[in-house]
Amino acid sequence: MSGPEVTATGSTRLRRGIDRGVKSLTQGRLGRALVIALPYAWLLLFLLVPVFIVIKISLAEMALASPPYSPMLQWLEGRTLALRVHLGNYAFLWQDPLYLAAYLNSLKVAAVSTIICLLIGYPMAYGIARASPSWRIVLLMMIILPFWTSFLIRVYAWIGLLQNNGLFNNLLMGLGLIDQPLPLLHSNFAVYLGIVYSYLPFMVLPLYATLVRQDLTLLEAAADLGCPPWKSFLTITLPLSLPGVIAGSLLVFIPAVGEFVIPDLLGGPDSLMIGKILWNEFFSNRDWPVASAVAVAMLVVIVIPLLLLQRIGERQTAGESR
Amino acid sequence: MPQPKRDPAALDAWQDPSARPFLEIRNVTKVFDGGTYAVDDVSLSIFKGEFFSLLGASGCGKSTLLRVLAGLERPSHGRVLIEGEDITELPPYERPVNMMFQSYALFPHMTVEQNVAFGLKQERLGRGEIRERVAEMLELVRMTEFARRKPDQLSGGQRQRVALARSLAKHPKLLLLDEPLGALDRKLRERTQFELVNIQERVGTTFIMVTHDQEEAMTMSTRLAVMDAGRILQVGTPGEIYEYPGSRFVAEFIGAANVFEGRVVEAQDELLVIQSDATGGEIAMYHAQPLTVGTPVSVALRPEKLRVVEAPPADGRNWVRGRVREIGYLGDVSIYHVATEQGQTVQVQVTNRARRTAGPLTWDDTVCLAWDTEAGVVLTA
Repeated sequence: MSGPEVTATGSTRLRRGIDRGVKSLTQGRLGRALVIALPYAWLLLFLLVPVFIVIKISLAEMALASPPYSPMLQWLEGRTLALRVHLGNYAFLWQDPLYLAAYLNSLKVAAVSTIICLLIGYPMAYGIARASPSWRIVLLMMIILPFWTSFLIRVYAWIGLLQNNGLFNNLLMGLGLIDQPLPLLHSNFAVYLGIVYSYLPFMVLPLYATLVRQDLTLLEAAADLGCPPWKSFLTITLPLSLPGVIAGSLLVFIPAVGEFVIPDLLGGPDSLMIGKILWNEFFSNRDWPVASAVAVAMLVVIVIPLLLLQRIGERQTAGESR
Repeated sequence: MPQPKRDPAALDAWQDPSARPFLEIRNVTKVFDGGTYAVDDVSLSIFKGEFFSLLGASGCGKSTLLRVLAGLERPSHGRVLIEGEDITELPPYERPVNMMFQSYALFPHMTVEQNVAFGLKQERLGRGEIRERVAEMLELVRMTEFARRKPDQLSGGQRQRVALARSLAKHPKLLLLDEPLGALDRKLRERTQFELVNIQERVGTTFIMVTHDQEEAMTMSTRLAVMDAGRILQVGTPGEIYEYPGSRFVAEFIGAANVFEGRVVEAQDELLVIQSDATGGEIAMYHAQPLTVGTPVSVALRPEKLRVVEAPPADGRNWVRGRVREIGYLGDVSIYHVATEQGQTVQVQVTNRARRTAGPLTWDDTVCLAWDTEAGVVLTA
């Protein structure tokens, strides 16, 4: 008799149950935990684990085997488990001046490129942030547009522009400004050019984000208190955009230190960078342990300035947040 | 609401015909790109030591006018003079004028101290003098103990006081305040009103305040200007504006007003007799300007100037009959909304003299409302 009624309440109860489940997934603790846990699990699996594998390999010795390094743990006489840690690779990095020179050069190239990016990127970001909203979209689009082409192709394109019978040299010679082609390609200049060109958007975008959020009445208040515009830029705009400066600088500096493609394609024999050394160790010398040690050392070299800058950035944003 | 006590000498500077205005605004017009007249041919003279308010609804041009005075907007026409000196072309950072912004615009990366010192540093004052002046200002707004805090560690009221200290630190000749109390809650606002007036008296600076709150303007100002659509409708002391509004807009904007329309039927010297369909009878009212018979006029009456009476007055003038529709009990007074037989709603305010929760009147009571010949204003605009 009451059959259809029962099914009706049953289905509403089911639906309510599903609703509650979805609700607890999106609003509840479980949902929040899941949303956070998934990406962290991904990072753990594909970032942290490989890093530990690299550290492990860096503590091994090269061997003519597959894989080409000595195992870390080994059973001796069936009973004892031997742990072999070989620090020779790191000592080797320290002893051979090639590596130190490459590290220092990488840091120098990355730092100089970051400063150049900042000097070019800050006025760009400032200009975009102060443009009318309709212009802003167009200008931002122009910053993002190069990403629609592969990074590799864009770097290759510079070869065509810089080589001896490339666009620039032909143009300069056509104008009669030079007699012989300038050695633009395979030079430090080309490496700087390539890095600045490739990483400029990573500087402009975070700078734009902080500058566009800035409260312009602060500048009016500064002017009202007797501060001319150039000075209010230095005392108000610039300090308040420091978080953007730090974010942009990290986004340029970190990848630039380990950059391999640009020095390989555009650099010359003297543009020694650690990314290139790493590649050679790994693929030419097939010395996986030394290559891993190079990689680990690079990580340390990058992590220290990163932590320092992060600390400054945190202090800055802590003061700014309301 | 009690009025803050004022120095009587400062009160009548604008009544003295020989007094030289401190600030002169001459025919200032500001047209924005879209062709809108934000400020439309405004002329004003403001005297030294005044607390002057620009009062109007949002979008009436009062803030634009203030920004013109600060130099943040350049007027399309007209001049601004301070003590006879034309400052129209001066950039904001060269004007002897400071402004307190509605959002306070405190520099978030600087401490309270550094915020207050900012303007002084621009003047290249000595370090000791700056420190002294900052301490004096923080003392004035009672913020000394918060000197090392950053703005985000302060409450709204504290930020407001820092903003005031910062704008006063340079001892400007003229201080502009853009809705200075707008962001505060009601209790704090009332307290701050008096504090602000006291500070103004102590430093003696001329203040010009923009506000949309008529009560605030009435309480704090020596004089005020009512603005609408970029124009100034009336300038006067709070009392003048309230008791003698020059137009229907002003009468209805400042406080509540019951407006009866009619036509002059008799004009004997200053006493007018007005035939009004809105009351269904005659209104007798004093009016200083001569008006000819037949002129259409309106009579504005404040709710507290009406009396609830048992029977119509003997002469049959100055009364209207209606039925009580709404009762607003405010404690000290009650406001009755009375629907007249002619179809208009009239507000009448009755002081609750005796202690009782239910008034003498209740809903749907038929009442007569009467008033005196001096109670209202005759308006032609």
